[in-house]
Amino acid sequence: MSLLRRGAIGIGLGAVAAIAIYGIDSIDAYRVFQISTVIYIAIAAAGLTVLTGLNGQLSLGHGALMAIGAYTTAVILLRNTDVNPALVMAAAVVSTSLLSIVVGIAAARLRGPYLAGATLGLAVGLPGVAVRFSNVFGGDAGLSVPSISTPDALGALAPEVWFAWIGLIPAVITFVLLANLVSTRYGRDFRAIREDEIAAQLHGIRIARTQVIAFVLSGACAGLAGCLMAYTANLAAPAGFPLTLSLELLAAIVIGGIGRLPGAIWGALIIVLAPDLISSFNDALHLPGGVRAQLPLALFGAVLIVAMLGFPHGIQGALDRLWWIRSRVRAAR
Amino acid sequence: MNYFIVLTLTGIAAGMIYAALALSLVIIWRATRVVNFAQGALAMTTTYIALAVIQATGSYWIGFVAALIAGLALGAIAERFLVRWVEAGPPLNAVILTLGLLLMLEAVVPMIWGAQIRSFPAPFSIAAIESGGFSIAISPFNLFTIAAVVIVVLGLFFLFRGTALGLTMRASAFAPEVSRLLGVRVGRLLALGWGLAALTGALAGMLVAPSLLLYPNNMDAILVYGFTAAVLGGLDSAVGAVIGGLAIGLALSYIGGYGGGDLESIGALVILIAILMLRPQGLFVSGPERRV
Repeated sequence: MSLLRRGAIGIGLGAVAAIAIYGIDSIDAYRVFQISTVIYIAIAAAGLTVLTGLNGQLSLGHGALMAIGAYTTAVILLRNTDVNPALVMAAAVVSTSLLSIVVGIAAARLRGPYLAGATLGLAVGLPGVAVRFSNVFGGDAGLSVPSISTPDALGALAPEVWFAWIGLIPAVITFVLLANLVSTRYGRDFRAIREDEIAAQLHGIRIARTQVIAFVLSGACAGLAGCLMAYTANLAAPAGFPLTLSLELLAAIVIGGIGRLPGAIWGALIIVLAPDLISSFNDALHLPGGVRAQLPLALFGAVLIVAMLGFPHGIQGALDRLWWIRSRVRAAR
Repeated sequence: MNYFIVLTLTGIAAGMIYAALALSLVIIWRATRVVNFAQGALAMTTTYIALAVIQATGSYWIGFVAALIAGLALGAIAERFLVRWVEAGPPLNAVILTLGLLLMLEAVVPMIWGAQIRSFPAPFSIAAIESGGFSIAISPFNLFTIAAVVIVVLGLFFLFRGTALGLTMRASAFAPEVSRLLGVRVGRLLALGWGLAALTGALAGMLVAPSLLLYPNNMDAILVYGFTAAVLGGLDSAVGAVIGGLAIGLALSYIGGYGGGDLESIGALVILIAILMLRPQGLFVSGPERRV
């Protein structure tokens, strides 16, 4: 099973890499922007799916945690534009992890709706900090983030294209680390706590500590995603981190299947590409602009509802089921 | 000192609105053990309906009644056709479902009425009352807000404590299987509970709109304040929700008044985390400590 999962992750990453290798140089700037967006949404969704699916903690604050990563990036690059992107990403991960420790310690005492409510407060309240301390964080206008410069050897490559390439590196590292973590002791501990806390405790698992670890790990992914988002959008501003961002991440993991890492990639692809798909259908439908702009969010909301009513395991769940049926059919022969 | 009195009075008026939203969360929590994260979005939707009715008829009061009826209907529909199917499942599923409803309402409403910020009429003046040259810091609309919430709270209290219908509603929330065996139509009563909760939320949406203005996610922060108030009161206690709402209204009024309006949402977050860390069972719940 876990081999199958890792295989599926490999296929998913391979598909993204293939798009990157064959397409990225020749396609227009908007596609490049979308690829970079898929990459960072997938990273954040992967972190959330581990937290929610494996450990059973539902966070509505991951959009706010992405803001921490993005603002860390912006503040560093404001002081010195030449800092190595790898160092900036590391700094974003560290700063988000530090805040996640605080939130995680509070979260470890909370269950279900209480945790969702507390992290909802985080998503609604945190952008206020950027407005309040506008001398540091630039207020409503936010802080601009310079593009990554292309190395001299690849001088012809546009900076966005170069960034879409190197964005794959942290994405691959994140997915490999998370995929391995799922099958180690920590992954088992996460699942044990989700299934039955008292039983887990009786087996010597330290509940609070494990919950905090899960939250920090997940928050670190969100921070990394926020850093990549800042580089992609060239901006860190409060308007980039509304409550709907956190809800879109939730929709991404539900579409892909909660707790399934490859599902995070499916979910991110759908979340990012859905507005485009809708516009292409729109030539036939002729919807007014206001309706078209809102249609993706309405659909994501509908997907959350329908998924909870009928398909709680998402796309990857359906795929796993297909594999399972196929292997059964083969075994029967 | 004068400024302190101003903040106290406006805090009480705002607190009554948070109390109404907190109460709507508590009613649903007691009936179905679900925190309805779509409560704010439902209230936003009914307020848009009210605005449409007011513009069509020219009467604030017809719009007011329309919002309350729309709330009753939307809440009952949400329970009957959506929430009922996940009530028995893992609690996480119900939470995700209400979040889906929130996302959908915040997208569908601007499809119908547009996403621009709109002003919302108030039936009474929102300027402070002047008496003999002194301003007494509270407006006729503030007084109307307080009175409206008090009437609804007393009405709900009478319904739950003083009528046979209220008794069966409490029974079906407390022991659904036994109630069903005794011939109570539990499903209908749960839908009615959700309807009454959404009606209370609709009232909060109407009362907050003149000062907050009306836009598709205008209730997001109010939902957090209402949730904080409900948790402060213990999430199980109607009296606690009202007192919690007043306490949050006063606290945020002081924070906003002395520290700056942009601190309110951060202040609510800090208060919420502090309550959950220090006294997770809330202030007004007796009996065994709950697991949060």
